Amino acid sequence: MPKDNSIKSVLIIGSGPIIIGQAAEFDYSGSQAARSLKEEGIEVSLINSNPATIMTDKVTADHIYLLPLEPASIIQILQEQKIDAVLPSMGGQTALNLAIQCEEQGIWEEYGVRMIGVDTKAIAITEDRELFRQKMEEIGVPMAPARTATSFLAGTEIAQELGLPLVIRPSFTLGGTGGSVIYKQEDFEHALQRGLEASPIHEVMIDKAVIGWKEYELELLRDHNDNVVIICSIENFDPMGIHTGDSITVAPAMTLSDTTFQKMRDMAIRMIRSIGNFAGGCNVQFSVSNDEKEDIIAIEINPRVSRSSALASKATGYPIAKIASKLAIGYTLDELTNPVTGNTSAMFEPSLDYVIVKIPRWNFDKFKGAHKRLGFQMKSVGEVMAIGRSFQEALQKACQSLEIGRNGLGADGREQQDQNVILESLKNPSWDRVFHIYDAFKLGMSFNTIHKATLIDPWFLRQIQDLVTLESEIAQYTLETIPRDLLVDAKRKGYADRQLAHILQCLESEVYNKRIALDIRRVFKQVDTCAAEFEAQTPYYYSTFDDENESVVSEKEKVIILGSGPNRIGQGIEFDYSCVHGVLAAKECGYEAIMINCNPETVSTDFTTADKLYFEPVFWEHIYDIILHENPVGVIVQLGGQTALKLAEKLDKYGIRILGTSYEALDLAEDRGRFSKLLSELEIPYPKFSSVSTAEKAVEMSKELGFPLLVRPSYVLGGQSMKIVINEEELENHVLNILHQMPNNKILIDHFLSGAIEAESDAICDGEDVYIIGIMEHIEPAGIHSGDSNAVLPPFNLGDLIITQIEEITKKVALALNTVGLINIQFAIKNDVVYVIEANPRASRTVPFIAKAYQEPYVNYATKVMLGHKKVKDFDFNPVRNGYAIKEPVFSFNKFPEVSKELGPEMKSTGEAIHFIKNLKDPYFHKVYSERNLYLSR
Amino acid sequence: MLEDGPVFYGKSEGAAMTRVGEICFNTGMTGYQEVFTDPSYYQQIVVATNTHIGNYGISKDESQSGSVKIAGFICKNFNEIHSRERESESLKTYFDREGILAVSGIDTRKLVRHIREQGAMNAVITSEDKTLEELQAILKAAPAMKGMELASKVSTREMYELGDKNSEVRVAVLDLGVKKSILNHLLNKGALVGVFPHDTSLEKITEWKPDGLLVSNGPGDPEPLVEQAEMIKAVIDQNVPAFGICLGHQVISLSQGLETFKMFNGHRGINHPVKNLITGKCEVTSQNHGFAVTKESAERNKEVEVTHVHLNDNTVAGIRLKNKPVFSVQYHPEASPGPNDSVYLFEQFFDLISKSKEQAAATEKGE
Repeated sequence: MPKDNSIKSVLIIGSGPIIIGQAAEFDYSGSQAARSLKEEGIEVSLINSNPATIMTDKVTADHIYLLPLEPASIIQILQEQKIDAVLPSMGGQTALNLAIQCEEQGIWEEYGVRMIGVDTKAIAITEDRELFRQKMEEIGVPMAPARTATSFLAGTEIAQELGLPLVIRPSFTLGGTGGSVIYKQEDFEHALQRGLEASPIHEVMIDKAVIGWKEYELELLRDHNDNVVIICSIENFDPMGIHTGDSITVAPAMTLSDTTFQKMRDMAIRMIRSIGNFAGGCNVQFSVSNDEKEDIIAIEINPRVSRSSALASKATGYPIAKIASKLAIGYTLDELTNPVTGNTSAMFEPSLDYVIVKIPRWNFDKFKGAHKRLGFQMKSVGEVMAIGRSFQEALQKACQSLEIGRNGLGADGREQQDQNVILESLKNPSWDRVFHIYDAFKLGMSFNTIHKATLIDPWFLRQIQDLVTLESEIAQYTLETIPRDLLVDAKRKGYADRQLAHILQCLESEVYNKRIALDIRRVFKQVDTCAAEFEAQTPYYYSTFDDENESVVSEKEKVIILGSGPNRIGQGIEFDYSCVHGVLAAKECGYEAIMINCNPETVSTDFTTADKLYFEPVFWEHIYDIILHENPVGVIVQLGGQTALKLAEKLDKYGIRILGTSYEALDLAEDRGRFSKLLSELEIPYPKFSSVSTAEKAVEMSKELGFPLLVRPSYVLGGQSMKIVINEEELENHVLNILHQMPNNKILIDHFLSGAIEAESDAICDGEDVYIIGIMEHIEPAGIHSGDSNAVLPPFNLGDLIITQIEEITKKVALALNTVGLINIQFAIKNDVVYVIEANPRASRTVPFIAKAYQEPYVNYATKVMLGHKKVKDFDFNPVRNGYAIKEPVFSFNKFPEVSKELGPEMKSTGEAIHFIKNLKDPYFHKVYSERNLYLSR
Repeated sequence: MLEDGPVFYGKSEGAAMTRVGEICFNTGMTGYQEVFTDPSYYQQIVVATNTHIGNYGISKDESQSGSVKIAGFICKNFNEIHSRERESESLKTYFDREGILAVSGIDTRKLVRHIREQGAMNAVITSEDKTLEELQAILKAAPAMKGMELASKVSTREMYELGDKNSEVRVAVLDLGVKKSILNHLLNKGALVGVFPHDTSLEKITEWKPDGLLVSNGPGDPEPLVEQAEMIKAVIDQNVPAFGICLGHQVISLSQGLETFKMFNGHRGINHPVKNLITGKCEVTSQNHGFAVTKESAERNKEVEVTHVHLNDNTVAGIRLKNKPVFSVQYHPEASPGPNDSVYLFEQFFDLISKSKEQAAATEKGE
């Protein structure tokens, strides 16, 4: 069946603001879908309320609608555009729900729009647990014993019948919202109540928990001709009981025999064919008994592109969203070519000659009082993926990618040594369980104890045990005596030079020099979907320690852009947006743009974005080896958030050119003492502050500064550990907390300007001229982190005098810092005085927002300035200024019902939306403005 | 050491020995045990592209024949420890017992890229103390796969029967190196299966009164199997339904005057896309072949219809005879390892058998 030519114009629905369970992966799928359809000559319209996305860029779609995801917006679009079909399967559950809502209201029918890529009947079956159950019975696919309850009474009866442990899964919810595993009778009633409330139709499925069974996911593609392929098999390292989004996962499946795998494959195909008629992507989850029977039961099926399909695409190289879009418009798999090889069929199942490990990234530190135990409801905010030639290498690399201050799995002096703590953690998994498994082996805990506590498949545990054995073997040597073979083994198993330095008690650089002297070097291998069976053109590489290097260095001048690593609160998709634009701008300037990042959810790690992608930890050792291999003219660090920025010092030390603002200036802005000195020289007001390293000194200084005080560690992003204190006791307490979490860190205490108005400016500077791209005023008063405030572009009640001051200060500071590229400055305004709170000479969270609101490619411009290709005066700025744009923070508190929703100087929001209003009479603005003090805590 | 020169160093996972054979790579991510025991891999040195081998051990009932058939094995990570609960042993124990040489720690991706570029060739692996010259000499003495007849080495010596003696359907299997799962598929359909040695005469087979003939998979070049092709032709001429798999497909094709050729690299894996030209549907198939039927010869022959093509390179993946109840495929509908997408072909074979029996009955009645 060839392409359906009656489809000339398609509407893609995005997933809205980032929340736990629905993150950047839908920007990846949405933008890939848009490009895939445009390739076919189809006019693409796109709706999404999340401005920090690539999918809502002019480079992606023809008509962009930054509107709330609600039927009224859809009607508006359908009135303005002639839309033939809507593709709702790329925007997660949010998009599907909206599409169904519109269908129920007859909107699609009224405007003659077809729904493609999904079948609402299929969704109804998969979302309604009872229907799904019946369907599975019909086609002979086993499931865990379960019943549906629509009332509290029914639920209690079912529980009695099935017995504990039980799983409660609300129908029609996202990321396991409201779901839980119940081990104890006393928890049941509360959990049932919560589950019923979480489901929009007040229905829950109660199943017998198959705790400890192995868990798998298959990613499928299906076309109109009912051809089905399995793109990827993913095995969960963590057995049943933990949401797959919160599980460490591995691809390909590691512990499945062909017999069992094929049985599962057959079931998956039967399932996808049984639920309605749609062409597109689909995800199926299974559980396999951990005994000799190897019984398989189906858990769920999601007939849409999902978080796992983004992971599967990055893991295999096979662009699921791109192909799924083509299938949605009528193509069949055999008519399409595998874009990776360019000459073999898309109708095939990728083969991997490496292992990928995904580890979720959590932010429990931001949700004080949150239950840290992992369960059926997803709690992580991001993820990293690592590629290696063995499970161990991939696991180590993933641990190095996490941005949690670890140098890998174990061997970094941060091991837990308390047996009881470890055992508790093994039984009650939280974010750090994998680290504790390593620690447990290191402490000499028995294999059986560890297995019994975790129920993790013995194969995985043995792999970790083997690492610990290797570590103790290495520990018998010194840097001088370690045999080459052992060092090779350690590098092949993913140990970083830093970890080896820790074991061998020497410096990282000494380990590096030793292995170079012994010719133990990183090589780069290609990700090609086919295990090297065919030649591939993909510029998609990972590093390992093996014989042959496949990454050929071109003659072109190169620029490396450092990515922002895993999404977390304070560093989200905005930075990926900036990185992608940096890449595109570098390409426009004629450079070969090379991206380094380890976040599988993003557009930056789509191998069609950069000229060359290294899917690697944004970790010094990996970056340095890539730089040595590629020899770029320079590295861009100011687009990838704090992850990239904090590598500036080392790059500078190793004589690697940083493009744009120099390390010296970056450091000056971060160093509160020097920066304040600069401000006084420029006669710019700033809150009185002091930098201390002990609680005693802090209390002493507080007398001088006066309460309230804002206390925080230096060099952090997103207001990590930032708090406002009002007396000496609180002050001392918080300083000690920080010192405990981050020993040897300097602590900043500022006089807090209570009741002040906050504002921020973003600007591009080339060292001579400054262009202010936008000023935003926060609706909430000072004290709430800028990332958590509603902010208005342009300011809504600042006087001309204040604005002029902000503009002048911005220019002065940008120039004084010798900024080349972007800068963001935060202000507090009190009694008509404009104080500078901080300056960040890098892409900020707000740049993408302003770019979207004013419809100008500021990151592109700034990158060209960094590269020295353009000056600020070369650009013809022409912002579209109509009314106001409000940045609305979006939280994921519903995932943490036990956490009180209070806001303060530490950022908690996971995403943002954009709202355009014509004037200040707008009811939306009114509501936000009137509630501005509602959630303020200290 | 490869025939064209390159030498790779790794770690030996087994006893001291030296093995020579044609080197080929398999891209399956599961099913190593099925590959090792598949007679079609006889005398080949198999390179696994999957990075971990041995993770789920060895399970008795998953073997495809009574012994390991490969000449040697090369992989990246050889796992001595496995985690499967089902009655099983470790791969290491298994190899030690079977006397198989495995080499691990090799940059298999480099090796595969080399074979991909240079084509199929012989290789020698050793865990003994041998000089490069000695290895070169061994390689020089090793015969090329092209023109090599190997079916006789793996075929049964004696005819044997499996299944229900009173079954209504009698299927004769010409064993050129048959996999257990093929026999299992036939048995599951309730047939009485007679497995015949590769050199069985026409008389012997017709004497057994088969309702259908299955020509099995097997190793080596099909061209030397001239007598087999003649015998098969004679059976086909008697209007007995026939089904060929892999080598069996090639021999059936040869029996109809088609030609075969040695492929540059062959297809070995469980992810091969095949399109059924009759239904228009696609299937993901298990494949393992280094020879194939030429498209020209198949299209030239008016009696032959190409029914399946390989979607990656358009090679012939299946044919049928227009005027006889005969069809054959280049791939492995019996899976093990691999997907079960093509099991319908067994169904098709049994349909042909019952139709032909009906016809025979009708003719009898008519007479």
